[in-house]
Amino acid sequence: MTKTSSVKDLQQLARSIRINVVHMIAEAGSGHTGGSLGLADIFASLYFNVLNHEPKNPQWSERDRLILSIGHVAPVLYATLAEAGYFAKDELLSLRKLNSRLQGHPARDHGLPGLELSAGSLGQGLSVAVGMALCAKADKKNWHVYSIHGDGELQEGSIWEAAMSAAHYKLNNITAIVDRNNCQIDGKTSRVMELEPLREKWKAFGWDVFECDGHSYTDIIKTCEDAKQSVFRPTVIIARTKMGRGVKSIEDDFRWHGKAPSKEEAEDFIKQLSA
Amino acid sequence: MPEKQLINRGNVATSVGFGEGLLQAGEANPLIVALGADITASVKVSPFAEKFPRRFYSLGIAEQNCVGVAAGLALSGKIPVFATYSAFASMRTLDQIRVSVCFNNLHIVIGGAHAGISVGPDGATHQALEDIAVMRVLPNMTVISPCDATQTRLVTIAALNELKGPVYIRYGREPMPDFTDETTPFETGKGQLLKDGTDVTIIATGHLVWEALEAAYALEKEDIHARVINIHTIKPIDQDIIIQAAKETGAIVTAEEHQICGGFGSAVAEVVAKNYAVPIEFIGMNDCFGESGQPSELMEKYGMTAIHIMLAVKKVLTSGNKVIEWNI
Repeated sequence: MTKTSSVKDLQQLARSIRINVVHMIAEAGSGHTGGSLGLADIFASLYFNVLNHEPKNPQWSERDRLILSIGHVAPVLYATLAEAGYFAKDELLSLRKLNSRLQGHPARDHGLPGLELSAGSLGQGLSVAVGMALCAKADKKNWHVYSIHGDGELQEGSIWEAAMSAAHYKLNNITAIVDRNNCQIDGKTSRVMELEPLREKWKAFGWDVFECDGHSYTDIIKTCEDAKQSVFRPTVIIARTKMGRGVKSIEDDFRWHGKAPSKEEAEDFIKQLSA
Repeated sequence: MPEKQLINRGNVATSVGFGEGLLQAGEANPLIVALGADITASVKVSPFAEKFPRRFYSLGIAEQNCVGVAAGLALSGKIPVFATYSAFASMRTLDQIRVSVCFNNLHIVIGGAHAGISVGPDGATHQALEDIAVMRVLPNMTVISPCDATQTRLVTIAALNELKGPVYIRYGREPMPDFTDETTPFETGKGQLLKDGTDVTIIATGHLVWEALEAAYALEKEDIHARVINIHTIKPIDQDIIIQAAKETGAIVTAEEHQICGGFGSAVAEVVAKNYAVPIEFIGMNDCFGESGQPSELMEKYGMTAIHIMLAVKKVLTSGNKVIEWNI
């Protein structure tokens, strides 16, 4: 699909994604607001600039693959897919309802186009990304694998098993993006279980490590381009983000990890997002 | 049904059948790839790995990652095989199998090697006695427990070439009688009538199928005519052959090298209880861990030999009315 590098366009797209996220979760009455809002700029940058994909042909064999390892931020994925034209935006309000294609965590068996993986149990997506990247290498394909992870998710041991294997097989066709918002359900990651020195951990596991401002479109896009230049190593982008970004009243507040806004709060959030 | 009595052509480990089947299927289908978790030779993936080094991925002692990588390969069009000791293949990896494999309904063959107490001296940690129960509860999963090396080879080829979705194949290390032949062709999901009989039916899986046959032949001398059925596909299970056995023989003994709780016997009992209730006795591990010992010693101590099956048959036949009379 046509890519855009215009900051103004991306800003507009991310705002629309955020507003839909708030509408969806408020309508559902449950869901993960904080992380979904915090990732909107990254998702807008990926789906409208970085990824090679065809919304009208979701199974296009040469597409880049995006694995959402943190299935709980499904709302930002759904809102972005709808924004990109994978399905009609009207459907977004069916989130978490009976018989909906928009399950609480992504579920391929419900038929929503654009989903690469049914996921929701943390720590599994990087292994799947490794499998896909191995396949691309074996078949000499040029598509790239992006996997999206939470910072708290990195506390899962299986992530590091996967990290070891990606470096072992020199999978330079994987870019893992870590949503480094320093928040998880129980509180700040530094208090729940310290992740630092995070950069050094990835480096020690054989990855090329990048950092970016997860709310700067130009920085996200430039860093993804840089990451793709890696010759021998898998790449990880530690994207500094704020949970709840865009809604000033809840920014950086871990209590909004898994909470839905009431109808009144949603109105207020949308006002803040539209300002 | 075989008209003649099946004979043991010699003892062969079912793992050998798995290795041969994987190699044979791999030669015919270039999409098949295999993953290794450090014990490649022991679980008989080595012949494939040596013949197709570019289709074999060594991933180290990291079983959870192996399953996730298999899911990624399957999502991209490969047919992955991941084999390790069944204790780890089915339980260390359970969450990955549930979500990344079964929920995504991916065609991946998981080989559970060294299954059962007959792995012997390694002791309880390495004796998988819970894997059938754990695997059969997962939606989309096919669970197969072949009875000898020949059948394991056929099962492995069928799992890779014909089946869709996730498949768990259970196989053992100890050489055991190899007795199935051209009269017992393998068909996924179909139980096999190995010996006819009218008094009672012994329904067995895996290594205990041979023990069941030995028990049934011995019982003939005491004028007890036991039917013997091999159920290799535990899920989806062949309901018809079980219901027919319940109706025609009125009593059932199940036999498995696995915990009774939740395992193969439970799967049979679910069918019987729902469709045609008859008394059942269960041969298997009685809710305890194993220990070190020679395979034959362990099978004896924990009650999983032909003699134990014979005793269970006599018990079920004297347990009162064979067909339960319902008082309404």
